[in-house]
Amino acid sequence: MDQNREEFIPKIITFLCNWCGYAGADLAGVSRFQYPPTIRIIRVMCSGRIEPSLILDAFNRGGDGVLVCGCHIGDCHYLSGNEKAEEQIKKTQKLLELLRIEPERLRLEWVSSAEGAKFADIVKGFTEQLISLGPFNIENKDVRIK
Amino acid sequence: MSVEEKNDKKVRVGIFICHCGSNIGGLINCKELVKYVKKLPNVAYAEDNLYTCSDPGLSSIKKSIKEHDLNRIVVAACTPRTHEPIFRKCILEAGLNPYLFNFVNIRDQCTWVHMKYPKEAFEKALDLISMGVAKAIKLEPLEMITIYVTPIALIIGGGISGMSAALNLSRQGFKTYLVEKENELGGRLNLLYKLFPHNTEASELIEDIKNKIQNARNLIVYKPAKVKSIDGFVGNYKVEIEQNDNIINLTVGVIIVAVGASLFTPFKFFEYDGKIRITQYELESKLKSNEVDANNVVMIQCVGSRIDERPYCSSICCMTALKNALIIKDKNPGANVTILFRDLYTPGTNYEKYYRNAREKGIIFIKYDLDRLPSIEENLIKVFNEYMGDYIIIPYDLLVLSTPLVANDDNKELAQLLKVPLGTNGFFLEAHVKLRPNDFATDGIYIGGSAKWPVDITEAITQGYATASRASTILSHKIIQVEGAIAEIEENKCTGCGECRDTCIYNAIEMIEVVSKFKAILDSVVPSVSLVRYKSRILPALCKGCGSCEGVCPVGAISLKHFTNQQIIAMVQSYLG
Repeated sequence: MDQNREEFIPKIITFLCNWCGYAGADLAGVSRFQYPPTIRIIRVMCSGRIEPSLILDAFNRGGDGVLVCGCHIGDCHYLSGNEKAEEQIKKTQKLLELLRIEPERLRLEWVSSAEGAKFADIVKGFTEQLISLGPFNIENKDVRIK
Repeated sequence: MSVEEKNDKKVRVGIFICHCGSNIGGLINCKELVKYVKKLPNVAYAEDNLYTCSDPGLSSIKKSIKEHDLNRIVVAACTPRTHEPIFRKCILEAGLNPYLFNFVNIRDQCTWVHMKYPKEAFEKALDLISMGVAKAIKLEPLEMITIYVTPIALIIGGGISGMSAALNLSRQGFKTYLVEKENELGGRLNLLYKLFPHNTEASELIEDIKNKIQNARNLIVYKPAKVKSIDGFVGNYKVEIEQNDNIINLTVGVIIVAVGASLFTPFKFFEYDGKIRITQYELESKLKSNEVDANNVVMIQCVGSRIDERPYCSSICCMTALKNALIIKDKNPGANVTILFRDLYTPGTNYEKYYRNAREKGIIFIKYDLDRLPSIEENLIKVFNEYMGDYIIIPYDLLVLSTPLVANDDNKELAQLLKVPLGTNGFFLEAHVKLRPNDFATDGIYIGGSAKWPVDITEAITQGYATASRASTILSHKIIQVEGAIAEIEENKCTGCGECRDTCIYNAIEMIEVVSKFKAILDSVVPSVSLVRYKSRILPALCKGCGSCEGVCPVGAISLKHFTNQQIIAMVQSYLG
């Protein structure tokens, strides 16, 4: 069991807003801050466009975690898109609880374009957390979107 | 990947993998990567380049588009934030719609962050490219939206900031309308006596700028007049102005908001009476008419500001107090002038000098704090001095209260007409405090001067010029093009709930009435029935393409072009299956 856990590399679908999260991830690269190769980044214009169905779809397809990064509150390129993201993520976390999926598997973080180190730390921390939660098992959970 | 898509021969993806010198190629084997990505669905061609963004790289893309009949291009390289425009331009030159391009970031977000793990980095790069291809297959050609610009500006507010903006724009050759609600131009400046830091007379400045406005070409002033309604979008705003019960209809390309701020009368503070306990503004008019003959003058700073009810710093009162204290001292060197302050802000070399000068001239500064406010006892003020740990009693025959500028009462009304936001203190709220300090989020509407925040004359003029400069970026174009990747509504699915309209801060969604008529099936008294429903409609010129509306639509009727749910799901699917 322990050995399995060590080998487990979580699959994390990562949604980054174009203006802050994505730029922060770029800066992590420019600064050569290393983080585990667990994330697959999908660029969106604003974190506020992420809706529950996209997140549930990622879990449905066997993702172990979903990370969403947007601009800090007050810094949103679209003024209040990140506030909408916050609402959507809270809503989705409740939905995950109902589906008996650990809500910690979904994480929302604010990463500015100047926070490369923070981005790398978030990925490291989230990866460790998912490793301790173990692989996400879809078998008993019907999260299929009709 | 559905069977139909796999068999769809029409979509032909070309992939270009960049070594970026050794930045990518130094860690992962790009040639090997090419072999793998060639097996991805709809991929008609793949190659690696030492630098895809170099001339040979770009030529190779153009050549391959023709030779292999490619209609989707995927470049796996650095970051779209810097290089997407180069490749979009490249494929446009080769005859493809620029939106048929997709960027995959395998440098900043892959090889640079997994430098000790070439195997994992290779796998990740392969995943990212296959996700990029999955999206590319679903990309659709989009067009930029063209808007014709009316090269006329409207400035609301004829204070120093608005006048500066108006003059600036008319000098640039743009027809400009200036609307002032009072009888006279000049705003709060009309109340001032002398201006810091050089003690020039306020009236000189007003007269000078008023003359220039009178003689300016293309500059029409409406006063006293009010804005009644505003409709339209950048380049084409329709505005109704009311002047002496007449309605004037204007069409303008841009709107500048320079409505300034209002004075605060401190009725409940320090026994204000407007006679011997007055505000700085009342002092200015007394100084103007030479009515001040007090020998003991005490000023209290932060009266009504930096408190729970009004937490902001009005930013101009420290300098105003210093200025007026010096004027009093100059006229009557024997006078005792004391300034009671909480904190004294005199930023910049000029203003700091001013403060030092005031100290040299013998003006006394005593700090007080909110917990132990100075108290008034007839003609004495009792103030606790924290350094002495005791009270000081100061006689006065003139008490001057430094009050903040506050937001205008009618800001709310104007904000609703313009559909722009107000901040918590009732001032207008800019799009971004640093990136777009004089813009509103709505294109073609700008904000300057004390309407945004209390500012001094220098800053008001600077911001007036700033708004004029921002406005001219629109006015100087006959046509402007706006982003084509905007939201789209499927009318059949829309239930007209209005969630999207409420969530859109750009007011880019409107609800339209759709009337359907049904003929009665049976012979009936009513020959036909009309059903009125609401549908939302995107106003393309206003949409910024954030996609928030897509997130809130309960029936999935909205999709953000170029970042559709289908495209995102295809990416997730190609990675997770």
